[in-house]
Amino acid sequence: MGRIVLRRIAYGALVLLGVNLATFFLFFTVNTPDDMARLNIGGKRVSQEVIDKWKAERGYDKPLYFNESRQGRERFTDTIFWERSVSLFALDFGRSDAEGSGEIAQEVASRMWVSMQLALPLFVLQLVASAAFALLLVMLRHTRLDFWGVVACVLMLSISSLFYIIVGQYFFARVLMLAPISGYAEGWGLLKFLVLPIGLSLLARLGGEARLYRAMLLEELGKDYVRTARAKGLSDGRVLTRHVLRNALIPIITSAGSYLPYVFLGSLVFESFFGLPGLGAYVIDAIAKQDFAVVRTMVFLGSLLYIASYIVIDLAYSWADPRVRLG
Amino acid sequence: MPKFVLLWTDAAMWLMVAALAGYLLLLRRRPALAANWRKVFHDPAALASSVVLLLCLLVTMLDSLHYRPRLPPAAGQADSAPAYDTRTRSVLDTLLWRLVESREATYSRPLSYLGFTKESVLVDGQVQRVAPRLQHGGAHLADPERQWLGDLAWRSALGLLLGAAGAALLSAALLAGVAWRNGQPLRAGMVAAWHGEHGIAWRAACWTLGAAGLLAGPVAMLAGHYHVLGTDLTGNDVLYQALKSIRTAFVIGTLATVATLPLAVGLGIAAGYLRGWADELIQYLYTVLSSVPNVLLIAACVLMVQVFLDKHPELFETGAERADLKLFLLCAVLGLTGWAGLCRLLRAETLKLRELEYVQAAQAFGVPPLRIMRRHIFPNVAHLMLIVTVLEFSALILYEAVLSYVGVGVDPSMHSFGGMINLARSEMSRDPVVWWSFAAAFGFMVTLVLAANLFADGVRDAFDPRARVLRPRHARRKAVR
Repeated sequence: MGRIVLRRIAYGALVLLGVNLATFFLFFTVNTPDDMARLNIGGKRVSQEVIDKWKAERGYDKPLYFNESRQGRERFTDTIFWERSVSLFALDFGRSDAEGSGEIAQEVASRMWVSMQLALPLFVLQLVASAAFALLLVMLRHTRLDFWGVVACVLMLSISSLFYIIVGQYFFARVLMLAPISGYAEGWGLLKFLVLPIGLSLLARLGGEARLYRAMLLEELGKDYVRTARAKGLSDGRVLTRHVLRNALIPIITSAGSYLPYVFLGSLVFESFFGLPGLGAYVIDAIAKQDFAVVRTMVFLGSLLYIASYIVIDLAYSWADPRVRLG
Repeated sequence: MPKFVLLWTDAAMWLMVAALAGYLLLLRRRPALAANWRKVFHDPAALASSVVLLLCLLVTMLDSLHYRPRLPPAAGQADSAPAYDTRTRSVLDTLLWRLVESREATYSRPLSYLGFTKESVLVDGQVQRVAPRLQHGGAHLADPERQWLGDLAWRSALGLLLGAAGAALLSAALLAGVAWRNGQPLRAGMVAAWHGEHGIAWRAACWTLGAAGLLAGPVAMLAGHYHVLGTDLTGNDVLYQALKSIRTAFVIGTLATVATLPLAVGLGIAAGYLRGWADELIQYLYTVLSSVPNVLLIAACVLMVQVFLDKHPELFETGAERADLKLFLLCAVLGLTGWAGLCRLLRAETLKLRELEYVQAAQAFGVPPLRIMRRHIFPNVAHLMLIVTVLEFSALILYEAVLSYVGVGVDPSMHSFGGMINLARSEMSRDPVVWWSFAAAFGFMVTLVLAANLFADGVRDAFDPRARVLRPRHARRKAVR
């Protein structure tokens, strides 16, 4: 078991290396730092001096891979590649490209908690709510209610999450004044700011996920062991909850697990709409300001979290189903 | 003669239509495939939604023929050196030219003849706050307060009538066409087609056409004289924007999914069939790709596209061409970043197929691997490709809105649902609330995405026998039996 986990981690590191190289290629070879500077400063006729100054301030004036003007180890470490790519593995993210902003690592550390406070309860509630709704549909499977439930699901998943947010904010916060429109507070005061984003996010994803889980449950329901359980005289509800749900847990965990990286990264759109200073809002700000350093860092961090969560899912598999051998 | 402009996405969309026509021709030679498609249209929801999608496709293609109209020669200039308008127009623009031209000062409510914001006007020597008359909306009314309601009523009634008549004509033509194909006498054949006696219940299509006609008729009658869906902050007609957004959504939905296919299909089949180091390498590639959260990857790529466009101004002449190139590159980015899921699916399926007898036999006969993959594996995974492509279409339309909000979507100068929602965000926090732009985007987008989803469900049920069990309707029928 331990060895297999180690192997997973090694492969994960290899994948992370690939991500890192690809991002570096994308950000520094497809376009040169000069182009980045020009876009960031803005305007067509930017003098070379201004560009050089911009690059020097941010350390982009060094050679890409190999610095001939240095001695010994510095030949490799005093390059853009080392400072911007290799050092990410040591979680040293450097400074942001924007004027007068601080270390990225500091921002990430403080914003991560905000994102977690939104996304962790959301993740759990989402899983429970969608699975419960799917289970309800499956229980009603020979009735009209199931049909209309699925119709409702299709309708709900055809609506963009942005609509849920805008209408929800308008209706619940402005008209009914049940919750503040947006904002952030420390401690328990945060609760009232989280109600709306969590509730709307639940609603926005309920249709798609409930339909998916319903399909998974129905697939399990068609298997032989279910007939055996029925023949034994178990009630429908008991078959569903004790046998089917447990076996359908594996595909459900996988599909829910793909949201795990967003537990840390935060739901991009929701954070920025509700004024929560999390990582998602950070990314959107960075894109708007064309802050390449932050975007690069978040790509790295995002894939790191994704890989980590997939290792966790693999472990969760073997917990949910002992037949699954890791390997 | 106007100067025709072939934009990148225009070319791609026309190629796509040509490919669709080619596929239809292929269907005539493949009865099994045609039977599957007939099964898709058994489902009334899929049939109705395909009518909606066809109507949207019509709008898209009308909006994909671009030209720059010739300007009248300036005084004293010879006619030999023609000058062209710097604005690129499409055929759709020309059809809706009245909407483009009738620009107001700022917001106005749907069908209103008064402006939304009040202005200080001198009335009888006193300054009063009144809503001004619109320049174009309801401008033909001499006494709007008394005439407005009546004008609206007769125009929409006439529109309803014309729309219903048009829809009835189209439906009759459709039913007659079906009857003719089945080689039946006209009357009996049309009744049979309506009741779906040959498998496809055409009445669902007729009802959809009827609904579309009843909606479009009054809108068309009113559009020249009022702003049916109001105007936005800069006074532009919202209906026009919504119609233009259909093309953007369609282009992203189709081009981006098609862009994923070469990599997904090629690499997926190769990985599954060849196994060994090629498999390892391809698996590594798509693991790397899918391990970056999608939005971040797209954001990174789109930022680079922006730098690229900034560096190469010689690639486009007008602003419209720049926006179009950006849309085209966005589709390419979405394609290059989105192939991992389908690739994984095709690899798994190929792994299963390659152990089957007919593939083994082909191997034993010494058929080269490339030929086996093309002739024996690809046709048997093509249905998966189709299902995923159709499913992706609606997902991408929804995705476009989010990407535009994040700031990595289409060019702000291009009309899109994402852009409309973005603006609506601030409009919804005004007091009194400006809801029409948002409602228009909502209505159009939900119709389009819902149609795409229902169509995708129909395709999946017809092509994937496993999925059919999950249909609620089928389950119900089984219970009755």
